[in-house]
Amino acid sequence: MKKVPLSFKIATIILVFYTLIAGLLIDVPALNILNETIRNLFYHVTSWFAMVFLFLASFVYSIKYLRTGSETDDLLARLFVQVGMVFGTAGMVTGMLWANYTWGAYWVPDPKLNGAVIAMLAYLAYMILRNSFQDSIQRGKVSAVYNIFAFVMMILFVFILPRMTDSLHPGNGGNPAFSGYDLDNTMRMVFYPATIGWIFLGLWITELRFRMETLKQIKK
Amino acid sequence: MKKSASTFALLLMFISAIGQNAEMADQMRSSGKIYVVVGVIVLIFAVLFSYLLYMDFRLKKIEKEVDEK
Repeated sequence: MKKVPLSFKIATIILVFYTLIAGLLIDVPALNILNETIRNLFYHVTSWFAMVFLFLASFVYSIKYLRTGSETDDLLARLFVQVGMVFGTAGMVTGMLWANYTWGAYWVPDPKLNGAVIAMLAYLAYMILRNSFQDSIQRGKVSAVYNIFAFVMMILFVFILPRMTDSLHPGNGGNPAFSGYDLDNTMRMVFYPATIGWIFLGLWITELRFRMETLKQIKK
Repeated sequence: MKKSASTFALLLMFISAIGQNAEMADQMRSSGKIYVVVGVIVLIFAVLFSYLLYMDFRLKKIEKEVDEK
């Protein structure tokens, strides 16, 4: 990832606007408790998916860094985590708001919710770990190894463990995800473009950050 | 066996029909006020994306300046 083409950015704008407009206007299944809040799927879940994708990109660049030792790969691994954390925070806050209206509390001791917090703390620890080194090669190597470990932890805590016990969160522990409610597939027509749009937005922001950091290094 | 299967199917249809009665914001849609909400969101995001593009072009300008040096 050196430079994202303009056409990609225009696609991002189209996808995000499509999500915002169609997400509010299409017909959704009328379900008790959820009511109109079922539309949050297009914004809340997509934020988490964007975070997972950005962390995956960071994971890939960490492996690449261990192979090449290139400073650029280390920088990209860090930036993908930073931008991913922004999307994760958005997913967390929107999830809490949604939970308050459907589950009756901002936080419930649910394996999916606790797992998401553990995963985000693991990535917070990555940022702290990075700052605790003076030597850039040592920092790069140790934090790349930790980052690979953190990604595996994230997959375990967000996608595997919640599926093995009872969970309130859709898509876990015998609780169907939206595919279980959505009989006529209308929601998929917004949900999939929305996911791509959110991921593209994350890549765009990461690209801007990368260019800023590159300029900063030239200035030195 | 066949009878119980059809009874089960009817029961399923009945349960899904109950689900359809959930209260939705139909009033807001029929009065057209939902378009006001959509309009506000679209305007806010139009401004945000313009700003993002503006930052992109500013960055490109600085990159050019650095390259020329």
